[in-house]
Amino acid sequence: MEGIGDLMTGFAVVLSWQNLLYMLIGIVLGVIIGVLPGLGGANGVAILLPLTFTMSPTSAIILLSCIYWGALFGGAITSILFNIPGEPWSVATTFDGYPMAQNGKAGEALTAAFTSSFVGALFAVIVITLAAPLVASFALQFGPAEKFSVFFLAFCSFVGMGKEPPTKTIAAMMLGFALAAVGTDTVTGQLRLTFGSTELLGGFDFLIAVIGLFGIGEILLTMEEGLSFKGKAAGISPAVVWQTWKELPRYWMTSLRSCLIGCWMGITPAGATPASFMSYGIAKRASRKGDQFGKGEVEGVVAPETAAHAAGTSALLPMLSLGVPGSPTAAVLLGGLLIWGLQPGPLLFVEQKDFVWGLIASMYLGNIVGLIVVLTMVPFFAAILRVPFAIIAPIILVVCAIGAYTVHNSTFDVVMMLVFGVAGYLFKKCNYPLAPLVLAIVLGDKAEEAFRQSLLISQGGLGVFFSNGLVGSIMVLGLVALFWPVLSNFYSRLLTSRRA
Amino acid sequence: MEVGVAAFMALLGVVTVIGSLRVGIGWGAEGPKSGFFPFWVGLIVVAASLYNMAQAYTKGSRKLFASWSQIGQVLKVVAPLTIYVAAIPWFGIYLASALLIAGFMRWIGRYGWPLVLAISIGLPIVTYLTFEIWFLVPLPKGPIEELLGL
Repeated sequence: MEGIGDLMTGFAVVLSWQNLLYMLIGIVLGVIIGVLPGLGGANGVAILLPLTFTMSPTSAIILLSCIYWGALFGGAITSILFNIPGEPWSVATTFDGYPMAQNGKAGEALTAAFTSSFVGALFAVIVITLAAPLVASFALQFGPAEKFSVFFLAFCSFVGMGKEPPTKTIAAMMLGFALAAVGTDTVTGQLRLTFGSTELLGGFDFLIAVIGLFGIGEILLTMEEGLSFKGKAAGISPAVVWQTWKELPRYWMTSLRSCLIGCWMGITPAGATPASFMSYGIAKRASRKGDQFGKGEVEGVVAPETAAHAAGTSALLPMLSLGVPGSPTAAVLLGGLLIWGLQPGPLLFVEQKDFVWGLIASMYLGNIVGLIVVLTMVPFFAAILRVPFAIIAPIILVVCAIGAYTVHNSTFDVVMMLVFGVAGYLFKKCNYPLAPLVLAIVLGDKAEEAFRQSLLISQGGLGVFFSNGLVGSIMVLGLVALFWPVLSNFYSRLLTSRRA
Repeated sequence: MEVGVAAFMALLGVVTVIGSLRVGIGWGAEGPKSGFFPFWVGLIVVAASLYNMAQAYTKGSRKLFASWSQIGQVLKVVAPLTIYVAAIPWFGIYLASALLIAGFMRWIGRYGWPLVLAISIGLPIVTYLTFEIWFLVPLPKGPIEELLGL
């Protein structure tokens, strides 16, 4: 039971006044970020990342990861009260959450959402506590070929599991790799793809890309829709909370199933959004009251919220233990680790015990604090959303610009942010996924390095990726994921032709 | 529009391929040369984009990308934002931000001057206190800050 001891050390690290304060600030900021359109978990963390350069890595990761938890919680508020998903993963929450609010049961819906978010997150943190050290110690034996195969699997699952057309996913992803390649070649130190421009020497920073693609792009989309927020009044009284809590254990089966779906989708980098939809769909089919879904059923709020949080939290497992983030926000956090001088991956568990276990302990505490904060402060957060968009929009633009500038203290980055913003808007309109693009920019250099080192070992033969059982099976899994759309299409055609 | 985006991505792919060819895509003393990886990546971008382009051409093009009023709305953000970004090196981020917020609130939100001024001047001050005083992160400054001696 070495893990328990490590976890206790982690709690000791977290339980200082300073870290608890950062935790609280992070959660509140995170909920605000989650509530506001245009500011999501990923770019909220990206904007604040430069502020943490001077902090100790542990405090910094506590602050930033709590922003992430807060954003996960915040998405539910807007979905239920305003029928506007603040985050993509809370779209499924609107299906039953908003009808509940319309029926005058906003308090119940919010309590159910927050509580199931908490349950989902807690489940995922327990999975991380138990599994991450094992995965990490296993991954310590990985050579370059194995490392590349893990990257390969991660990226292929985007193609196979995304709901966007596969060729668009591939195009967006490869564009990310190309952007990552710009600047200095990490293996040989040679400059490439800069075309003589001095601004491009350092390459494209993924933080700028995240702020532009997610922040500015989102504002443009919101502006296009010409949103006016018309929300239901929010209020949670202790009596309502108590009443809902008494009712919730009835849905333990839905809850458990959603936890498992969420963890699975979070670890394989499919992310929180498909997890919430899948969980909602399955709950609808499995529930006895399935035909009531969409009209304001508590179970229809429990299922997507639990899965979204489980996925969002467990996305940190591969980030910590393998150095492969499971979601865009995890990717930004991973970028943070690199900036603070920590090398993400299995060695983190050996060399930076305080950091890793401090982070894991903060996940437990952060989610408890988060639950309390959102339950008590809902009216305040709902009031923020009532601030008209014409005031919020320019403020968010300014915040994004400041965030982009502070990454390298360069005004050229602000220009790049604008370019990425317009690109993000166009990509979204044309149904290109942004998550694989961002992940490719973050991981591009590492994936390339692993690939080239493997080829170096094998003197150029691709056989190295199938040279032993482990790397071979990960690669085969990746190929299956890559060709999944083709395979499932073929299979369904086979079925229909047999029936005919 | 879809065709345009796909064509643009294909173009970026071609640029990547050309850039990779310049640094060498073959096998050198250090193993695969610097251009090796981006070369193939670029090729895949081109191939996937051409496919997307063909797809968009055959079915997607009849669908309206966005109505003119929607594009107008989007330009209402893009235009001031472009001016803002261009103004930062000259006026500093504080003055430019104040102007952006004030302009946006007055022009699109049609708010009264007291509220416009309160927010457009208040936010830069809050920003200054948070970034420069609390976190010691310097932001770009312009003539106004020089006058104030900050």
